[in-house]
Amino acid sequence: MNSFNIPPNVAVSDTGFVFLPTTGETFTLNEIGKEIFKQLQQGKGYDEIVDSILSFYDIDKNSFERDFNDFVMQLKNYSLVVEL
Amino acid sequence: MNIAVTGLNATDNPGPGIPVIRSIKAHPDFNGNIIGLIYDSLEPGIYMEEMANKCYLIPYPSSGLDMLLERISAIHEKEKIDLIIPTLDSELYGFAKIKDRLSELGIKTFLPTIQQLNIRAKDNLFDFCTSHEIKVPKNILLTSSNDIYKIPKDFKYPVVVKGIFYDAYIANNFDEIKTAFHKMSAKWGYPIIVQEFIKGNEFNVVALGDGTGETIGAVPMKKLYITDKGKGWAGITIDDPNLLNLSKKIISKTKWKSGMELEYIKSEETNEYYLLEINPRFPAWVYLAPNAGQNLPYALVQLAMGETIKPFEQYDVGTIFVRAAWDLITNLKAFEKIAIQGEI
Repeated sequence: MNSFNIPPNVAVSDTGFVFLPTTGETFTLNEIGKEIFKQLQQGKGYDEIVDSILSFYDIDKNSFERDFNDFVMQLKNYSLVVEL
Repeated sequence: MNIAVTGLNATDNPGPGIPVIRSIKAHPDFNGNIIGLIYDSLEPGIYMEEMANKCYLIPYPSSGLDMLLERISAIHEKEKIDLIIPTLDSELYGFAKIKDRLSELGIKTFLPTIQQLNIRAKDNLFDFCTSHEIKVPKNILLTSSNDIYKIPKDFKYPVVVKGIFYDAYIANNFDEIKTAFHKMSAKWGYPIIVQEFIKGNEFNVVALGDGTGETIGAVPMKKLYITDKGKGWAGITIDDPNLLNLSKKIISKTKWKSGMELEYIKSEETNEYYLLEINPRFPAWVYLAPNAGQNLPYALVQLAMGETIKPFEQYDVGTIFVRAAWDLITNLKAFEKIAIQGEI
């Protein structure tokens, strides 16, 4: 699984509100989206993220991987994440 | 200090006068009076409390510049105007032409030159941009209905059909171009501009040039809500160094003197900014600038008064404006005063 980088000027609040300052766009993340986004922001890779999420949520690894890929694809479409 | 400001038409297509006044009055060093110069007795700004100390009707520039100057001289005798800030596109050529005569009366201005106004005219902007490697949508000028048939084949639909001063329609086929052409030529005259349609998001920059090529300040904004007239009803300051550098380049190449609004579209396809328009005055959303840390209207006052000021270097990203519709209540006496006596 590739690593990802969130542009340094992208801000996410505790409520999951994301602001992209280069375009003025705003986004709302749900609880788990916010958790994954924050971990991506901390520079964590997929393996670290999957371990942390599976330890808290009742989800199997295959389902999580599918959802994670969908989520990252959406983040990429909105320029909120860059694949390294 | 007595500052006269035009454009108090705070309507659904708002003039920039009220936000310019609010900005100036918001500056802690401002100590003076604001004189509203109005064209209509129902301009809402007349009836807004704590905006203009006095308002005077003036004739439209189309009535002749001598008449305008005569009226301003009469107002000046009463009010001792130090500075006039015209804020409407349609009056800028007129004020630029009488600025020396205003100066002889002791009234200062800080206006773009006629040459600068010509550069940004819709029929000249394309040449200016291409000669300075600034991206601009391809366009063609139509000066008669026969010219519609000369639109090059590489113009893909949709295209934007624009009037020389105002109005723009998106045409999806040849018949729609013809309809838009006739509608706009009847309203605004020639030429009509047919422009390549760039798909993407619109971005605007409010800026102030000092006339030497230096940018005194610039604040970029993304519209969050757009009315059916295409006016931004809400917007947010953004942080994009590419957009700021491009704006500074335009100010440097034009040696722009005065406030301005730069309108861009960021192509979805190439991610590059295309310059759509240079508006030769502050926009109606200029009050966002002082609230983001750059009081550009007050800086214009300082420049006009001959002060040396340091360019602004930063602003707060994420500052939002939301426009509101708000009913003002007045009485017949006030309306009568402005309608009959021409002042209030």
